[in-house]
Amino acid sequence: MKNVKSKRGWKLTSIALGSTLMVGAMAIEVIAKDWGSHEVDGRRSGYTYMTDETRAVQDDNFENPGMLWVENGEALWSKAGANGKSCASCHADPEKDMKGVMPAYPKFDKRTGKMISLEQMVNRELVEKMGEKAEKFDSKKMLSLMTYIGNISKGMPVNVKIDGPAKPFFEKGKAFYYQRRGQLDLACSNCHEDNPGKQIRANTLSEGQINGFPTYRLKWQKPGSVHRRFRGCNKNVRAKPYKAGSDEYVNLELFVKWHGRGLPVETPAVRN
Amino acid sequence: MQMRKTTLIAGVLAVASMIGTQSAFSASHMKKYTIENDAINTSLTGKPGDAAKGRKLAVNRKKGNCLACHVISDLKDQPFHGNVGPSLDGVADRYTEGELRLRVVNPKFFHSGSIMPAFYKKSGLNRVIKKFKDKTILTAQEVEDVVAYLKTLK
Ligand code: HEC
Ligand code: HEC
Repeated sequence: MKNVKSKRGWKLTSIALGSTLMVGAMAIEVIAKDWGSHEVDGRRSGYTYMTDETRAVQDDNFENPGMLWVENGEALWSKAGANGKSCASCHADPEKDMKGVMPAYPKFDKRTGKMISLEQMVNRELVEKMGEKAEKFDSKKMLSLMTYIGNISKGMPVNVKIDGPAKPFFEKGKAFYYQRRGQLDLACSNCHEDNPGKQIRANTLSEGQINGFPTYRLKWQKPGSVHRRFRGCNKNVRAKPYKAGSDEYVNLELFVKWHGRGLPVETPAVRN
Repeated sequence: MQMRKTTLIAGVLAVASMIGTQSAFSASHMKKYTIENDAINTSLTGKPGDAAKGRKLAVNRKKGNCLACHVISDLKDQPFHGNVGPSLDGVADRYTEGELRLRVVNPKFFHSGSIMPAFYKKSGLNRVIKKFKDKTILTAQEVEDVVAYLKTLK
Protein backbone atom coordinates (compact mmCIF):
# COMPACT_ATOMS: atom_id res chain seq x y z
CA MET A 1 0.00 0.00 0.00
CA LYS A 2 2.62 2.42 1.13
CA ASN A 3 4.62 1.78 -1.97
CA VAL A 4 1.69 2.52 -4.25
CA LYS A 5 0.98 5.72 -2.43
CA SER A 6 4.49 7.07 -2.68
CA LYS A 7 4.68 6.04 -6.31
CA ARG A 8 1.49 7.96 -6.98
CA GLY A 9 2.83 10.93 -5.10
CA TRP A 10 5.88 10.96 -7.31
CA LYS A 11 3.79 10.67 -10.43
CA LEU A 12 1.68 13.63 -9.41
CA THR A 13 4.71 15.83 -8.79
CA SER A 14 6.15 14.93 -12.12
CA ILE A 15 2.88 15.80 -13.82
CA ALA A 16 2.74 19.08 -11.95
CA LEU A 17 6.32 19.81 -12.91
CA GLY A 18 5.62 18.84 -16.49
CA SER A 19 2.74 21.26 -16.73
CA THR A 20 4.76 24.09 -15.20
CA LEU A 21 7.37 23.52 -17.84
CA MET A 22 4.67 23.45 -20.49
CA VAL A 23 3.20 26.72 -19.27
CA GLY A 24 6.70 28.19 -19.43
CA ALA A 25 7.16 26.91 -22.95
CA MET A 26 3.75 28.21 -24.03
CA ALA A 27 4.52 31.64 -22.63
CA ILE A 28 7.69 31.71 -24.68
CA GLU A 29 5.80 30.50 -27.71
CA VAL A 30 3.28 33.34 -27.39
CA ILE A 31 6.06 35.91 -27.34
CA ALA A 32 8.42 34.41 -29.86
CA LYS A 33 6.21 32.52 -32.28
CA ASP A 34 6.54 33.79 -35.79
CA TRP A 35 3.43 32.72 -37.67
CA GLY A 36 4.90 33.82 -40.97
CA SER A 37 2.26 34.41 -43.61
CA HIS A 38 -0.44 32.99 -41.31
CA GLU A 39 -0.48 36.32 -39.48
CA VAL A 40 -1.08 39.65 -41.21
CA ASP A 41 -1.17 42.92 -39.23
CA GLY A 42 -2.18 41.02 -36.10
CA ARG A 43 -4.91 39.03 -37.85
CA ARG A 44 -4.27 35.33 -37.46
CA SER A 45 -5.52 32.40 -39.50
CA GLY A 46 -7.41 29.65 -37.65
CA TYR A 47 -4.29 27.57 -38.38
CA THR A 48 -2.43 29.40 -35.62
CA TYR A 49 -5.02 28.38 -33.01
CA MET A 50 -4.84 24.67 -33.84
CA THR A 51 -2.67 22.10 -32.08
CA ASP A 52 0.74 21.25 -33.55
CA GLU A 53 -0.66 17.83 -34.56
CA THR A 54 -3.54 19.31 -36.54
CA ARG A 55 -1.24 21.83 -38.18
CA ALA A 56 1.12 19.02 -39.18
CA VAL A 57 -1.78 17.16 -40.85
CA GLN A 58 -2.76 20.30 -42.77
CA ASP A 59 0.81 20.99 -43.87
CA ASP A 60 1.53 17.52 -45.24
CA ASN A 61 -0.16 17.07 -48.62
CA PHE A 62 0.00 13.29 -48.29
CA GLU A 63 -1.59 13.28 -44.85
CA ASN A 64 -4.09 16.10 -45.39
CA PRO A 65 -7.38 14.23 -46.05
CA GLY A 66 -8.75 17.31 -47.83
CA MET A 67 -6.33 16.63 -50.68
CA LEU A 68 -8.47 13.65 -51.76
CA TRP A 69 -11.27 16.15 -52.30
CA VAL A 70 -8.96 18.36 -54.33
CA GLU A 71 -8.15 15.36 -56.52
CA ASN A 72 -11.81 14.55 -56.85
CA GLY A 73 -12.48 18.14 -57.94
CA GLU A 74 -9.69 17.92 -60.47
CA ALA A 75 -11.25 14.77 -61.95
CA LEU A 76 -14.68 16.45 -62.10
CA TRP A 77 -13.19 19.38 -64.03
CA SER A 78 -13.12 17.45 -67.26
CA LYS A 79 -16.24 15.36 -66.65
CA ALA A 80 -18.91 16.12 -69.27
CA GLY A 81 -22.25 17.51 -68.11
CA ALA A 82 -25.70 16.74 -69.52
CA ASN A 83 -24.97 18.79 -72.65
CA GLY A 84 -21.57 17.19 -73.25
CA LYS A 85 -19.62 20.17 -71.97
CA SER A 86 -17.30 20.14 -68.96
CA CYS A 87 -15.68 22.93 -66.94
CA ALA A 88 -12.58 22.24 -69.07
CA SER A 89 -14.47 23.10 -72.27
CA CYS A 90 -14.40 26.76 -71.23
CA HIS A 91 -11.51 26.78 -68.72
CA ALA A 92 -8.91 24.56 -70.31
CA ASP A 93 -6.09 25.58 -68.00
CA PRO A 94 -7.66 25.65 -64.51
CA GLU A 95 -4.30 26.14 -62.75
CA LYS A 96 -4.12 29.45 -64.57
CA ASP A 97 -7.77 30.36 -65.17
CA MET A 98 -8.89 29.70 -61.59
CA LYS A 99 -5.90 31.34 -59.92
CA GLY A 100 -7.04 34.25 -57.77
CA VAL A 101 -10.71 33.29 -57.95
CA MET A 102 -11.15 32.01 -54.37
CA PRO A 103 -9.55 35.06 -52.68
CA ALA A 104 -11.88 37.47 -54.54
CA TYR A 105 -15.32 35.96 -53.72
CA PRO A 106 -18.05 36.91 -52.84
CA LYS A 107 -18.22 39.41 -55.68
CA PHE A 108 -20.80 41.95 -56.78
CA ASP A 109 -22.96 40.36 -59.48
CA LYS A 110 -24.34 42.81 -62.05
CA ARG A 111 -27.00 40.41 -63.20
CA THR A 112 -28.76 40.07 -59.86
CA GLY A 113 -27.59 43.36 -58.38
CA LYS A 114 -26.32 41.65 -55.24
CA MET A 115 -23.35 39.66 -54.01
CA ILE A 116 -22.69 36.18 -55.38
CA SER A 117 -20.71 33.52 -53.53
CA LEU A 118 -18.34 31.15 -55.28
CA GLU A 119 -20.70 28.19 -54.78
CA GLN A 120 -23.46 30.19 -56.44
CA MET A 121 -21.16 31.02 -59.33
CA VAL A 122 -20.24 27.35 -59.72
CA ASN A 123 -23.93 26.48 -59.69
CA ARG A 124 -24.62 29.06 -62.39
CA GLU A 125 -21.98 27.42 -64.56
CA LEU A 126 -23.30 23.93 -63.87
CA VAL A 127 -26.87 24.90 -64.75
CA GLU A 128 -26.39 27.36 -67.60
CA LYS A 129 -23.27 26.08 -69.32
CA MET A 130 -23.45 22.36 -68.71
CA GLY A 131 -27.16 21.58 -68.41
CA GLU A 132 -26.65 20.15 -64.92
CA LYS A 133 -28.70 20.73 -61.79
CA ALA A 134 -27.65 23.09 -59.04
CA GLU A 135 -25.77 21.48 -56.17
CA LYS A 136 -26.27 21.99 -52.45
CA PHE A 137 -23.35 23.85 -50.82
CA ASP A 138 -22.26 20.74 -48.93
CA SER A 139 -22.84 18.10 -51.61
CA LYS A 140 -19.87 15.92 -52.50
CA LYS A 141 -19.63 17.46 -55.96
CA MET A 142 -19.77 21.07 -54.76
CA LEU A 143 -17.25 20.50 -51.94
CA SER A 144 -14.89 18.77 -54.38
CA LEU A 145 -15.05 21.60 -56.91
CA MET A 146 -14.73 24.26 -54.20
CA THR A 147 -11.76 22.52 -52.59
CA TYR A 148 -10.07 22.16 -55.95
CA ILE A 149 -10.67 25.77 -57.03
CA GLY A 150 -9.59 27.00 -53.59
CA ASN A 151 -6.42 24.92 -53.57
CA ILE A 152 -5.33 26.45 -56.90
CA SER A 153 -5.05 29.82 -55.10
CA LYS A 154 -3.28 28.38 -52.06
CA GLY A 155 -0.97 31.00 -50.55
CA MET A 156 -2.59 33.97 -52.31
CA PRO A 157 -3.86 36.72 -49.99
CA VAL A 158 -7.59 37.05 -49.41
CA ASN A 159 -8.68 40.21 -51.15
CA VAL A 160 -12.38 41.00 -51.58
CA LYS A 161 -13.77 44.24 -52.97
CA ILE A 162 -15.95 46.03 -50.45
CA ASP A 163 -16.32 49.43 -52.10
CA GLY A 164 -18.54 50.63 -54.96
CA PRO A 165 -21.63 48.49 -55.47
CA ALA A 166 -20.44 46.00 -52.82
CA LYS A 167 -20.53 48.62 -50.08
CA PRO A 168 -24.15 48.28 -48.90
CA PHE A 169 -23.82 44.48 -48.81
CA PHE A 170 -20.62 44.76 -46.84
CA GLU A 171 -22.40 47.01 -44.34
CA LYS A 172 -25.18 44.44 -43.96
CA GLY A 173 -22.69 41.66 -43.33
CA LYS A 174 -20.92 43.82 -40.80
CA ALA A 175 -24.16 44.57 -38.95
CA PHE A 176 -24.90 40.83 -38.85
CA TYR A 177 -21.48 40.13 -37.35
CA TYR A 178 -22.01 42.53 -34.46
CA GLN A 179 -25.67 41.70 -33.85
CA ARG A 180 -26.35 39.59 -30.79
CA ARG A 181 -28.71 36.70 -31.43
CA GLY A 182 -30.19 33.53 -30.01
CA GLN A 183 -31.22 32.62 -26.49
CA LEU A 184 -27.56 32.99 -25.45
CA ASP A 185 -27.61 36.53 -26.88
CA LEU A 186 -24.16 36.41 -28.47
CA ALA A 187 -22.72 38.10 -31.55
CA CYS A 188 -19.96 36.62 -33.70
CA SER A 189 -17.71 39.37 -32.35
CA ASN A 190 -18.26 38.32 -28.72
CA CYS A 191 -16.44 35.08 -29.39
CA HIS A 192 -14.19 35.73 -32.38
CA GLU A 193 -13.12 39.35 -31.88
CA ASP A 194 -13.22 39.71 -28.10
CA ASN A 195 -11.94 36.29 -27.03
CA PRO A 196 -9.70 34.53 -29.57
CA GLY A 197 -7.15 32.32 -27.84
CA LYS A 198 -9.43 31.77 -24.85
CA GLN A 199 -10.98 28.42 -24.00
CA ILE A 200 -14.72 28.03 -24.28
CA ARG A 201 -14.94 24.75 -22.46
CA ALA A 202 -13.04 22.25 -24.68
CA ASN A 203 -12.70 24.61 -27.66
CA THR A 204 -9.99 27.16 -28.25
CA LEU A 205 -11.63 30.17 -29.84
CA SER A 206 -10.03 31.42 -33.04
CA GLU A 207 -10.76 34.62 -34.95
CA GLY A 208 -13.35 32.77 -37.04
CA GLN A 209 -11.49 33.42 -40.31
CA ILE A 210 -12.52 31.74 -43.55
CA ASN A 211 -9.27 31.75 -45.52
CA GLY A 212 -8.98 27.94 -45.31
CA PHE A 213 -12.46 26.96 -46.51
CA PRO A 214 -13.80 24.51 -47.37
CA THR A 215 -12.06 23.19 -44.25
CA TYR A 216 -11.70 19.47 -43.66
CA ARG A 217 -13.26 18.61 -40.28
CA LEU A 218 -11.62 15.57 -38.68
CA LYS A 219 -14.75 15.19 -36.55
CA TRP A 220 -16.96 14.85 -39.65
CA GLN A 221 -14.43 13.07 -41.86
CA LYS A 222 -15.31 15.51 -44.64
CA PRO A 223 -14.97 19.15 -45.60
CA GLY A 224 -17.56 21.76 -44.72
CA SER A 225 -18.62 24.99 -46.42
CA VAL A 226 -18.42 28.47 -44.93
CA HIS A 227 -22.21 28.65 -44.70
CA ARG A 228 -22.39 25.33 -42.85
CA ARG A 229 -19.98 26.83 -40.30
CA PHE A 230 -22.16 29.96 -39.99
CA ARG A 231 -25.20 27.75 -39.39
CA GLY A 232 -23.33 25.80 -36.73
CA CYS A 233 -22.24 28.94 -34.88
CA ASN A 234 -25.77 30.35 -35.08
CA LYS A 235 -27.25 27.12 -33.72
CA ASN A 236 -24.72 27.01 -30.89
CA VAL A 237 -26.11 30.26 -29.52
CA ARG A 238 -29.63 28.86 -30.02
CA ALA A 239 -30.41 31.26 -32.86
CA LYS A 240 -32.47 30.36 -35.90
CA PRO A 241 -29.90 29.78 -38.66
CA TYR A 242 -30.32 31.03 -42.24
CA LYS A 243 -30.15 28.80 -45.29
CA ALA A 244 -26.85 28.14 -47.02
CA GLY A 245 -26.79 30.60 -49.93
CA SER A 246 -29.13 33.09 -48.25
CA ASP A 247 -28.41 36.79 -48.87
CA GLU A 248 -27.71 37.15 -45.15
CA TYR A 249 -24.90 34.59 -45.20
CA VAL A 250 -23.41 35.75 -48.51
CA ASN A 251 -23.17 39.30 -47.09
CA LEU A 252 -21.76 37.94 -43.84
CA GLU A 253 -19.22 35.93 -45.83
CA LEU A 254 -18.09 39.12 -47.58
CA PHE A 255 -17.57 40.84 -44.23
CA VAL A 256 -15.80 37.87 -42.61
CA LYS A 257 -13.54 37.44 -45.62
CA TRP A 258 -12.59 41.12 -45.41
CA HIS A 259 -12.07 40.65 -41.66
CA GLY A 260 -9.25 38.27 -42.63
CA ARG A 261 -7.95 40.41 -45.50
CA GLY A 262 -4.40 39.54 -46.49
CA LEU A 263 -4.45 36.08 -44.91
CA PRO A 264 -3.33 33.38 -47.33
CA VAL A 265 -5.79 30.94 -48.89
CA GLU A 266 -5.16 27.62 -47.09
CA THR A 267 -7.74 25.40 -48.76
CA PRO A 268 -8.10 22.67 -47.67
CA ALA A 269 -7.39 23.68 -44.05
CA VAL A 270 -7.73 20.94 -41.43
CA ARG A 271 -9.75 21.45 -38.26
CA ASN A 272 -10.80 19.25 -35.38
CA MET B 1 -24.02 53.70 -3.98
CA GLN B 2 -27.02 55.12 -5.76
CA MET B 3 -30.11 53.14 -4.99
CA ARG B 4 -31.81 51.64 -7.98
CA LYS B 5 -35.21 50.08 -7.87
CA THR B 6 -36.65 48.36 -10.88
CA THR B 7 -39.57 46.01 -10.93
CA LEU B 8 -39.78 43.77 -13.93
CA ILE B 9 -43.12 42.46 -15.01
CA ALA B 10 -42.10 40.50 -18.04
CA GLY B 11 -44.74 38.04 -19.08
CA VAL B 12 -47.80 40.23 -18.84
CA LEU B 13 -47.57 41.28 -22.47
CA ALA B 14 -46.73 37.80 -23.64
CA VAL B 15 -49.78 36.39 -21.89
CA ALA B 16 -52.03 38.96 -23.50
CA SER B 17 -50.82 38.13 -26.99
CA MET B 18 -50.56 34.35 -26.82
CA ILE B 19 -53.45 33.12 -24.75
CA GLY B 20 -54.04 29.42 -24.90
CA THR B 21 -50.56 28.29 -25.94
CA GLN B 22 -48.10 26.35 -23.85
CA SER B 23 -45.58 29.16 -23.92
CA ALA B 24 -48.19 31.65 -22.77
CA PHE B 25 -48.66 29.42 -19.80
CA SER B 26 -44.98 29.43 -18.96
CA ALA B 27 -44.76 33.14 -19.76
CA SER B 28 -47.31 33.87 -17.08
CA HIS B 29 -45.00 32.13 -14.66
CA MET B 30 -42.03 34.44 -15.22
CA LYS B 31 -41.26 35.50 -11.67
CA LYS B 32 -41.23 39.15 -10.72
CA TYR B 33 -38.13 40.43 -9.07
CA THR B 34 -36.88 43.67 -7.60
CA ILE B 35 -33.37 45.04 -8.07
CA GLU B 36 -32.27 47.00 -5.04
CA ASN B 37 -28.72 48.19 -4.32
CA ASP B 38 -27.39 46.21 -7.30
CA ALA B 39 -28.83 42.97 -5.98
CA ILE B 40 -31.92 40.75 -6.04
CA ASN B 41 -32.23 40.03 -2.38
CA THR B 42 -35.12 37.58 -2.28
CA SER B 43 -35.47 34.13 -3.78
CA LEU B 44 -37.25 34.21 -7.15
CA THR B 45 -39.46 31.33 -6.02
CA GLY B 46 -39.69 32.14 -2.33
CA LYS B 47 -37.93 28.83 -1.72
CA PRO B 48 -34.24 28.20 -0.98
CA GLY B 49 -32.06 26.61 -3.67
CA ASP B 50 -30.45 23.19 -3.60
CA ALA B 51 -26.66 23.53 -3.90
CA ALA B 52 -26.14 19.92 -5.05
CA LYS B 53 -28.56 20.48 -7.94
CA GLY B 54 -26.89 23.80 -8.69
CA ARG B 55 -23.53 22.08 -8.94
CA LYS B 56 -24.94 19.75 -11.62
CA LEU B 57 -26.53 22.65 -13.48
CA ALA B 58 -23.17 24.46 -13.60
CA VAL B 59 -21.68 21.45 -15.41
CA ASN B 60 -24.61 20.56 -17.68
CA ARG B 61 -23.91 21.81 -21.21
CA LYS B 62 -27.64 22.14 -21.92
CA LYS B 63 -28.32 24.15 -18.78
CA GLY B 64 -25.99 26.50 -16.89
CA ASN B 65 -22.81 25.34 -18.60
CA CYS B 66 -20.95 27.81 -16.41
CA LEU B 67 -17.80 25.76 -17.05
CA ALA B 68 -17.91 26.93 -20.67
CA CYS B 69 -16.48 30.23 -19.51
CA HIS B 70 -15.39 29.84 -15.88
CA VAL B 71 -12.82 27.82 -13.97
CA ILE B 72 -14.39 26.33 -10.83
CA SER B 73 -11.80 24.37 -8.81
CA ASP B 74 -14.57 22.62 -6.88
CA LEU B 75 -15.44 20.91 -10.20
CA LYS B 76 -11.92 19.79 -11.05
CA ASP B 77 -13.29 16.27 -11.57
CA GLN B 78 -14.77 17.70 -14.79
CA PRO B 79 -12.43 18.24 -17.76
CA PHE B 80 -12.29 21.44 -19.80
CA HIS B 81 -13.00 24.60 -17.84
CA GLY B 82 -13.21 27.67 -20.03
CA ASN B 83 -11.46 30.94 -19.24
CA VAL B 84 -13.55 33.54 -21.06
CA GLY B 85 -14.76 34.82 -17.66
CA PRO B 86 -13.00 35.06 -14.27
CA SER B 87 -12.54 32.05 -12.00
CA LEU B 88 -15.52 31.54 -9.71
CA ASP B 89 -13.34 30.31 -6.85
CA GLY B 90 -14.13 32.33 -3.74
CA VAL B 91 -16.99 34.15 -5.47
CA ALA B 92 -19.11 33.86 -2.30
CA ASP B 93 -16.51 35.93 -0.43
CA ARG B 94 -16.76 38.68 -3.00
CA TYR B 95 -20.52 38.97 -3.36
CA THR B 96 -23.65 38.67 -1.24
CA GLU B 97 -26.33 36.16 -2.17
CA GLY B 98 -28.43 38.94 -3.69
CA GLU B 99 -25.53 40.19 -5.81
CA LEU B 100 -24.86 36.68 -7.05
CA ARG B 101 -28.53 36.22 -7.92
CA LEU B 102 -28.59 39.36 -10.07
CA ARG B 103 -25.36 38.25 -11.79
CA VAL B 104 -27.00 34.97 -12.81
CA VAL B 105 -30.37 36.51 -13.69
CA ASN B 106 -28.90 39.31 -15.83
CA PRO B 107 -25.17 40.13 -15.80
CA LYS B 108 -25.80 42.78 -18.46
CA PHE B 109 -27.23 44.93 -15.67
CA PHE B 110 -23.63 45.65 -14.70
CA HIS B 111 -21.96 45.66 -18.08
CA SER B 112 -24.10 45.84 -21.19
CA GLY B 113 -21.26 44.48 -23.32
CA SER B 114 -20.89 41.33 -21.23
CA ILE B 115 -20.55 38.06 -23.08
CA MET B 116 -22.23 36.22 -20.19
CA PRO B 117 -25.80 35.22 -21.03
CA ALA B 118 -28.69 36.39 -18.87
CA PHE B 119 -29.99 33.12 -17.48
CA TYR B 120 -33.40 34.45 -16.48
CA LYS B 121 -34.52 36.59 -19.36
CA LYS B 122 -36.61 35.89 -22.41
CA SER B 123 -37.65 39.14 -23.99
CA GLY B 124 -35.55 41.45 -26.13
CA LEU B 125 -33.71 38.52 -27.72
CA ASN B 126 -33.11 38.19 -31.45
CA ARG B 127 -34.06 35.18 -33.63
CA VAL B 128 -34.25 32.64 -30.85
CA ILE B 129 -34.66 29.15 -32.32
CA LYS B 130 -38.18 27.76 -31.92
CA LYS B 131 -37.31 25.17 -29.29
CA PHE B 132 -36.06 27.86 -26.90
CA LYS B 133 -38.40 30.69 -27.85
CA ASP B 134 -40.07 32.43 -24.91
CA LYS B 135 -38.09 30.35 -22.47
CA THR B 136 -35.44 31.35 -20.00
CA ILE B 137 -32.16 29.38 -20.03
CA LEU B 138 -32.70 28.39 -16.40
CA THR B 139 -36.04 28.19 -14.59
CA ALA B 140 -36.53 30.37 -11.52
CA GLN B 141 -35.88 27.41 -9.22
CA GLU B 142 -32.77 26.45 -11.20
CA VAL B 143 -31.46 30.00 -10.73
CA GLU B 144 -31.95 29.50 -6.99
CA ASP B 145 -30.11 26.17 -7.13
CA VAL B 146 -27.15 27.75 -8.96
CA VAL B 147 -27.08 30.65 -6.48
CA ALA B 148 -27.09 28.14 -3.59
CA TYR B 149 -24.13 26.41 -5.23
CA LEU B 150 -22.25 29.69 -5.79
CA LYS B 151 -22.69 30.42 -2.07
CA THR B 152 -20.59 27.32 -1.32
CA LEU B 153 -17.64 28.70 -3.34
CA LYS B 154 -15.74 30.29 -0.48
C1 HEC C 1 -20.37 31.08 -28.39
C2 HEC C 1 -19.19 31.36 -29.16
C3 HEC C 1 -19.31 31.58 -30.65
C4 HEC C 1 -20.07 32.47 -31.37
C5 HEC C 1 -21.05 33.50 -30.84
C6 HEC C 1 -19.74 32.27 -32.77
N1 HEC C 1 -18.81 31.30 -32.90
FE1 HEC C 1 -17.80 30.80 -34.60
N2 HEC C 1 -16.80 29.34 -33.60
C7 HEC C 1 -16.91 29.07 -32.24
C8 HEC C 1 -16.07 27.94 -31.89
C9 HEC C 1 -15.89 27.34 -30.49
C10 HEC C 1 -15.45 27.53 -33.10
C11 HEC C 1 -14.44 26.40 -33.30
C12 HEC C 1 -13.07 26.87 -32.88
C13 HEC C 1 -12.62 28.07 -33.68
O1 HEC C 1 -12.12 27.92 -34.81
O2 HEC C 1 -12.83 29.21 -33.21
C14 HEC C 1 -15.91 28.46 -34.15
C15 HEC C 1 -15.47 28.42 -35.48
C16 HEC C 1 -15.82 29.35 -36.44
C17 HEC C 1 -15.27 29.38 -37.77
C18 HEC C 1 -14.21 28.42 -38.34
C19 HEC C 1 -12.84 29.03 -38.19
C20 HEC C 1 -11.75 28.13 -38.71
O3 HEC C 1 -10.61 28.62 -38.81
O4 HEC C 1 -12.01 26.97 -39.02
C21 HEC C 1 -15.87 30.42 -38.41
C22 HEC C 1 -15.62 30.86 -39.85
C23 HEC C 1 -16.79 31.04 -37.47
N3 HEC C 1 -16.73 30.37 -36.28
C24 HEC C 1 -17.58 32.14 -37.76
C25 HEC C 1 -18.56 32.64 -36.89
C26 HEC C 1 -19.52 33.64 -37.26
C27 HEC C 1 -19.59 34.33 -38.60
C28 HEC C 1 -20.34 33.82 -36.18
C29 HEC C 1 -21.58 34.63 -36.06
C30 HEC C 1 -22.62 34.36 -37.00
C31 HEC C 1 -19.82 33.00 -35.12
N4 HEC C 1 -18.76 32.27 -35.60
C32 HEC C 1 -20.32 32.97 -33.82
C33 HEC C 1 -17.67 29.78 -31.33
C34 HEC C 1 -18.53 30.82 -31.64
C1 HEC D 1 -20.27 32.82 -22.40
C2 HEC D 1 -19.49 33.06 -21.21
C3 HEC D 1 -20.07 32.88 -19.82
C4 HEC D 1 -20.93 31.92 -19.34
C5 HEC D 1 -21.57 30.76 -20.09
C6 HEC D 1 -21.10 32.20 -17.94
N1 HEC D 1 -20.37 33.29 -17.59
FE1 HEC D 1 -20.26 34.14 -15.71
N2 HEC D 1 -19.05 35.64 -16.44
C7 HEC D 1 -18.57 35.72 -17.72
C8 HEC D 1 -17.75 36.92 -17.83
C9 HEC D 1 -17.01 37.37 -19.10
C10 HEC D 1 -17.75 37.55 -16.56
C11 HEC D 1 -17.03 38.84 -16.16
C12 HEC D 1 -18.01 39.97 -15.94
C13 HEC D 1 -18.76 40.31 -17.20
O1 HEC D 1 -18.14 40.54 -18.25
O2 HEC D 1 -19.99 40.28 -17.15
C14 HEC D 1 -18.57 36.71 -15.70
C15 HEC D 1 -18.80 36.97 -14.36
C16 HEC D 1 -19.48 36.12 -13.49
C17 HEC D 1 -19.62 36.35 -12.08
C18 HEC D 1 -18.96 37.47 -11.29
C19 HEC D 1 -17.56 36.96 -10.96
C20 HEC D 1 -16.63 37.97 -10.34
O3 HEC D 1 -15.68 37.52 -9.68
O4 HEC D 1 -16.85 39.19 -10.51
C21 HEC D 1 -20.38 35.32 -11.56
C22 HEC D 1 -20.81 35.10 -10.13
C23 HEC D 1 -20.71 34.45 -12.69
N3 HEC D 1 -20.15 34.96 -13.85
C24 HEC D 1 -21.45 33.29 -12.60
C25 HEC D 1 -21.80 32.46 -13.66
C26 HEC D 1 -22.65 31.31 -13.55
C27 HEC D 1 -23.23 30.80 -12.25
C28 HEC D 1 -22.82 30.80 -14.81
C29 HEC D 1 -23.67 29.65 -15.27
C30 HEC D 1 -25.00 29.52 -14.74
C31 HEC D 1 -22.02 31.63 -15.70
N4 HEC D 1 -21.42 32.63 -14.97
C32 HEC D 1 -21.90 31.42 -17.08
C33 HEC D 1 -18.84 34.83 -18.76
C34 HEC D 1 -19.72 33.74 -18.69
